[in-house]
Amino acid sequence: METKQINLKIDHIPVAVPEGTTVLEAARSAGIKIPTLCYLKDLNEIGACRICVVEVKGARSLMASCVYPVSEGMEVFTNTEAVRKSRRLTLELILSNHRMECLTCSRSGSCELQQLALEFGVDTVRYYTGRPQPQPETSTLHLVRDNSKCVLCRRCAAACRKTQEVGVIGPNDRGFQTHIGSAFDRDLNEVDCVSCGQCVVACPTGALTVKDDTQQVWAALADPTKHVVVGAAPSVRVQLGECFGMPVGTNVEGKMLTALRRLGFDKVFDVNHAADMTIMEEGTEFLHRLQEGGTLPLITSCSPGWVRYCEQHHPDMLSHVSTCKSPQQMFGSLVKSYYAEQAGIDPKDIFVVSIMPCTAKKYEVKREEQRMANGCMPVDVSLTTQELARMITAAGLMFTQLPDGEVDPMLGMASGAGVIFGATGGVMEAALRTVVEVVTNGEMKPLEFKQVRGMQGVKEASFELPGKTVRVCVASGLANAKQVLDGVKSGALQYDFIEFMGCPGGCVNGGGQPVQSAEIRSFTDVRGLRAAALYSQDQRMTYRKSHENPYVQKIYSDYLEKPGSHKAHALLHCTYAPQKKYRV
Amino acid sequence: MEHIRSVTRPPHTEGDTGEIATSLNDTQFYHHQKRIALRNCGFINPESIDEYIGVDGYTALSRILTEQTPPQEIIDAIKASGLRGRGGAGFATGMKWQFTADAVSDDGVKYVCCNADEGDPGAFMDRSVLEGDPFSVLEAMTIAAYAVDSHQGYIYIRAEYPIAVKRLQIAITQAKEYGLLGQNILNSGFDFELELRLGAGAFVCGEETALLVSIEGKRGEPRPRPPFPAVKGLFARPTLLNNVETYANITWILNNGADEFAAIGTEKSKGTKVFALGGKIVNTGLVEIPMGTTLRTIIEDIGGGIPNGKKFKAAQTGGPSGGCIPADLIDTPIDYDSLTAIGSMMGSGGLIVMDEDNCMVDIAKFFLEFIIDESCGKCAPCRIGTKRLHELLCKITDGNGTMEDLDTIVELCYHLKSSSLCALGQSAPNPVLSTLTRFRSEYEAHVLEKRCPAGVCKNLLHYEILADKCKGCTLCARNCPADAISGTVKGLHTIDQEKCIKCGVCMDHCKFDAVVRH
Repeated sequence: METKQINLKIDHIPVAVPEGTTVLEAARSAGIKIPTLCYLKDLNEIGACRICVVEVKGARSLMASCVYPVSEGMEVFTNTEAVRKSRRLTLELILSNHRMECLTCSRSGSCELQQLALEFGVDTVRYYTGRPQPQPETSTLHLVRDNSKCVLCRRCAAACRKTQEVGVIGPNDRGFQTHIGSAFDRDLNEVDCVSCGQCVVACPTGALTVKDDTQQVWAALADPTKHVVVGAAPSVRVQLGECFGMPVGTNVEGKMLTALRRLGFDKVFDVNHAADMTIMEEGTEFLHRLQEGGTLPLITSCSPGWVRYCEQHHPDMLSHVSTCKSPQQMFGSLVKSYYAEQAGIDPKDIFVVSIMPCTAKKYEVKREEQRMANGCMPVDVSLTTQELARMITAAGLMFTQLPDGEVDPMLGMASGAGVIFGATGGVMEAALRTVVEVVTNGEMKPLEFKQVRGMQGVKEASFELPGKTVRVCVASGLANAKQVLDGVKSGALQYDFIEFMGCPGGCVNGGGQPVQSAEIRSFTDVRGLRAAALYSQDQRMTYRKSHENPYVQKIYSDYLEKPGSHKAHALLHCTYAPQKKYRV
Repeated sequence: MEHIRSVTRPPHTEGDTGEIATSLNDTQFYHHQKRIALRNCGFINPESIDEYIGVDGYTALSRILTEQTPPQEIIDAIKASGLRGRGGAGFATGMKWQFTADAVSDDGVKYVCCNADEGDPGAFMDRSVLEGDPFSVLEAMTIAAYAVDSHQGYIYIRAEYPIAVKRLQIAITQAKEYGLLGQNILNSGFDFELELRLGAGAFVCGEETALLVSIEGKRGEPRPRPPFPAVKGLFARPTLLNNVETYANITWILNNGADEFAAIGTEKSKGTKVFALGGKIVNTGLVEIPMGTTLRTIIEDIGGGIPNGKKFKAAQTGGPSGGCIPADLIDTPIDYDSLTAIGSMMGSGGLIVMDEDNCMVDIAKFFLEFIIDESCGKCAPCRIGTKRLHELLCKITDGNGTMEDLDTIVELCYHLKSSSLCALGQSAPNPVLSTLTRFRSEYEAHVLEKRCPAGVCKNLLHYEILADKCKGCTLCARNCPADAISGTVKGLHTIDQEKCIKCGVCMDHCKFDAVVRH
């Protein structure tokens, strides 16, 4: 059914848009950018901040353009004296209640409130501004919430409730006392937050920020007794450039490796390699379950946000979750065992740093079941892409001008299958590349599984193999995961293998990603562009399947014997257990 | 003879004449009133469906269902009556019913709701209807459901009205027993289920969209409109929401004819309105008067004038969303448009009378305090703006205000009116704006002279002991809670202004009128 076209005038410009379009989007099509603050397309469209107000002929008061639907013959004015004055006054009011710490705030330069103040030319705030400021909430490992900088846009609550359906944060109290918090104002680590960081990604100001752990890394780098090793996740190399002004989706792997080298890491490995190892272990696990009648569907476990969600909300599904550690944790485990032996260094003197697009990894590195037999924790510190960028800037490196560097191949050389882990469907495709070949004894060697690619929340596919049909599902974002799980539990959905990622779109959209404004996030496919860069890199690589990676084969032939071996299990696997939702 | 008792309490006499009123309807209080919405209150047992039926209750519904009256005919009658929403907005009820009837529901579900949240401080019109005549609301809602094609209704009632809640529950039970509510009403094949939903202490949930969101189980915050509830309301279905008093008029209109109703009132404001008369007035209580009755009639005739010989200063209509009508506009007719034209509004019916001892700045501050407590906090202008407005008013009543502050107040007021998300924020400035416009000199006295002409604003008060009257009895000093009075026995006592907390206890105790306040 064709959608009706609506004709209206915006600032005297005739505009024709489909029925159901908002005035905000209609204005964009006419080249007019109406300022917004609380608006995040498809996530938070509530008309609350009143920054996007416009004059509509015949209306009693100013209207919020982000939620006002167009109608035939409507006349809208986005730039009258009354509109500009209203936006300014609203902004002044918001600023009057905002702790202005811009000089030392980590969002200075990327803060959407700061940007509006600059755009509107607000240089004084005429209202009473002194008031007691709340203490920051720092109970979790991954974020800091500073309500003195909160503009109550509700974007964080929307991410937690709508996208993730975890819903641990939301507005408490009302009126001027309204503040974002958890139930009964408990600490965030007392409730069932999964550390996904989607709230941080949604926040326009410095109210929600990722906890900064760079000091620990600087200290380790400066410590002569420590052998500091680093590995970056697949997604980091297609995000990092954005922190230095490069277009979204630029692959900066070479510069990233040089930067890491210059920061002083003793060894620059790559978590992409560990991703290949994960495929070896998990592929073997899947085949074992498939052929021996084990618990199916098998569900991936590389996303600690998803794992924690499963432990807290769906503990009855834990037997389905793969026993494999995540690539980050396999990386650290191999460094402090295989590499340590090869290099003749005591694992206790090795300090492992991971660079992740993820906030939940900060929580994962501290999980007790990750502890190795030798007493070490595989990874000592997990930093986000943002934190790495800060270290690079602090070190004075002119990132965009750096030459391309090389990885240390032992735990650094990866196949294309490892690279695509960062996109939703990447783990599934990587696994299928190996699994299909093994199951068909080399008869079928498909390379690309386009059916599991793309940014839809839930994707499914089935593959006809001799003697077996393998049905797979890929979902990202926990609300989608829940939907699939409910179907699996009720029997309505039948799968053999499921990939769940906590963040919608996969790790390229993780909690630790570079800041992008609401405007970019609303109208640019940030995740799609970053994912595309990963798939492009995959296409250029020599080895595109995990089992073909010689540096993976070597670890098995030299050290682990074979995938799923006793040693592999001891080092690269762990078990998960039900967790309490509320720790009060 | 045993059922004749001697009257020990003197009968009601009318003011000046001292005449004994022989009929309730002849008393000054009731003479000008025309009780339509309140017609049964106080006359029937609200917990008896039989008594309701006995006063022609359920005649309208049974006629409609028996004759299978076309729904459009009912809607046309309501339109012709000119009934406008009694909750405060004054939207044409017939039109609202029409929009809801015309709206298409994807799954055929539509809702009919009743706004019984009555949050205005001092308002108890809806409460009286619900406690005194609950069946009239039930019958009206059933008729409305028939007219718009709905089969499920909710009455959203504030939890602070437990008697009304109980009586509604009794009414619903009895109506169902009699086949006048629920499945297959009066064997007509028409179903209408009705349930109660209790509020949780938020004034903002009296706002149409916030009320519906609250019924959905979410945080009671208004939603932007469009889409309007008639098209997309409760659970995203077409929803009709009317106020209790609006519903209370429906069966009277259908039983007596739209023309009868339209014959009462003014051209654009038909019928009657219930007011909760309170404040500095001799006769307080609920009054139901034809639209167009002047404020003078209400105050001088119905209200019996200002007690203690004080002078009438202003009347506040519409509660925290309304404005003040000053004494020189006492002949203003009370109807929707006349009130809006002078910067006030009808509101839900609160009518607070003020005399020379009321400070208009303090009144504005009082209503604003209510608003900042009740603002939902969703939109920035109301959440922060009302607070800043209040801070500015406190500055003025503390004696620290500047003339520039008055300009800032006006600017902020107009900003809230134009930019707030819902009517709570849009109308919150009304008390401030109307008092500032009508009583500017009073504000200026606070700012320029640091003086409160009405003698209310504590921080601007100044207590003094007159030398020629003080006998040195020490009673004031002994009772002063702040130890601010010094003096020897039989000697002149003085108040230390630094320590004085302006409580007025000294003035209360002095037997010689030696303590004065300015």
